[in-house]
Amino acid sequence: MPKGLEALAALKGRWAALSDRASLDHPAINVPAGDLLAVLRALRDEHGFDMLTDISGVDWALGAHPRFTVVYHVFSTQSHEYIRIAVGCADDAAPEVPSATGLWPGADWHEREAFDMYGVRFTGHPDLRRILMWDGYPHFPLRKDFPLAGIETDLPDAEVVAETGTNAIAAPMMGGPFVASTGEMNMTDAEPRAKDESWTERRPKPGAK
Amino acid sequence: MVSANSELTYNSKIEGDVVVSRADAVINWIRANSMWPMPMGLACCAIELMATGASRFDIARFGAEVMRFSPRQADVMIVAGTVTYKMSSALRRIYDQMSEPKWVIAMGACASTGGMYRSYAVLQGVDRIVPVDVYVSGCPPRPEALLDALVKLQEKVKREPSASKLLSA
Repeated sequence: MPKGLEALAALKGRWAALSDRASLDHPAINVPAGDLLAVLRALRDEHGFDMLTDISGVDWALGAHPRFTVVYHVFSTQSHEYIRIAVGCADDAAPEVPSATGLWPGADWHEREAFDMYGVRFTGHPDLRRILMWDGYPHFPLRKDFPLAGIETDLPDAEVVAETGTNAIAAPMMGGPFVASTGEMNMTDAEPRAKDESWTERRPKPGAK
Repeated sequence: MVSANSELTYNSKIEGDVVVSRADAVINWIRANSMWPMPMGLACCAIELMATGASRFDIARFGAEVMRFSPRQADVMIVAGTVTYKMSSALRRIYDQMSEPKWVIAMGACASTGGMYRSYAVLQGVDRIVPVDVYVSGCPPRPEALLDALVKLQEKVKREPSASKLLSA
């Protein structure tokens, strides 16, 4: 029996609230937010899953419950296996998960990124600032209700705004998003381009009011 | 008829240690042939910018080999790469720190228009925050294209009314 499945069986014996999670590759488990740190600690200290490789977020959809899930991948440097741990956030409006920075200092920036992109607050994080977007950016870009082109906001620096009179605009999509085509074709045809090239910002989308 | 003995250049014995010219021509000649670039390398265009500076393409042939990493010593900012909104304030600050006269080359699709990055995070053309003199197409442009942009900028500089600008300043 692989170490990962063994570990999950042991964990499920200890915490009744844990449940199996559908997975195509690594053993996976659903954990309630309250048990997360204890489960991660047990995996690290008792089962040899000593390396936290990733923390990522999922926004399932507006109106879904749970709307936000935080996914952890831990790796065992002894048995060379991964385990996936998923935590559904109880609150859909203000998602919260305890921070894993106390167990792995490397969780710091992963959690900052998940916070930056999805707005998941990691309670107990020492320095939960944005990491990719600038401080003071008002949106969470990878949420489902955020358009790819962006929403018009101020630039990060007020002095630059005063000097140039410009701001962060919604990017012109020109029939995009742009996607690359695959298959046997020459490189010009395969270049990223809008699927519907019949409309641009100047020539309105057919059927749009 | 040009022969080995033809005098094609300034000859002090004939000219008598005096050269007559227009102030604009002299100032612009000096400026155009010694453009010190501020390499604003932000993405893959910076690799081509480095190639432009290296031996095969040799930007020194056009007097622009002195890459200055201090904006205070630079004349032309070469914006080579994708400018994110987060970087835009730094870019504008560096431009503000350059002393006059100063010029900007927008190198490549991203710097010119945002390129393929039609997204919430990328400035849609560096001309939204700094005045651009020459745009270079390409993703990334070849070094020859950047050299061509530099030559075009030199031609532009040579047409500027520098003397009257200096006197009115």
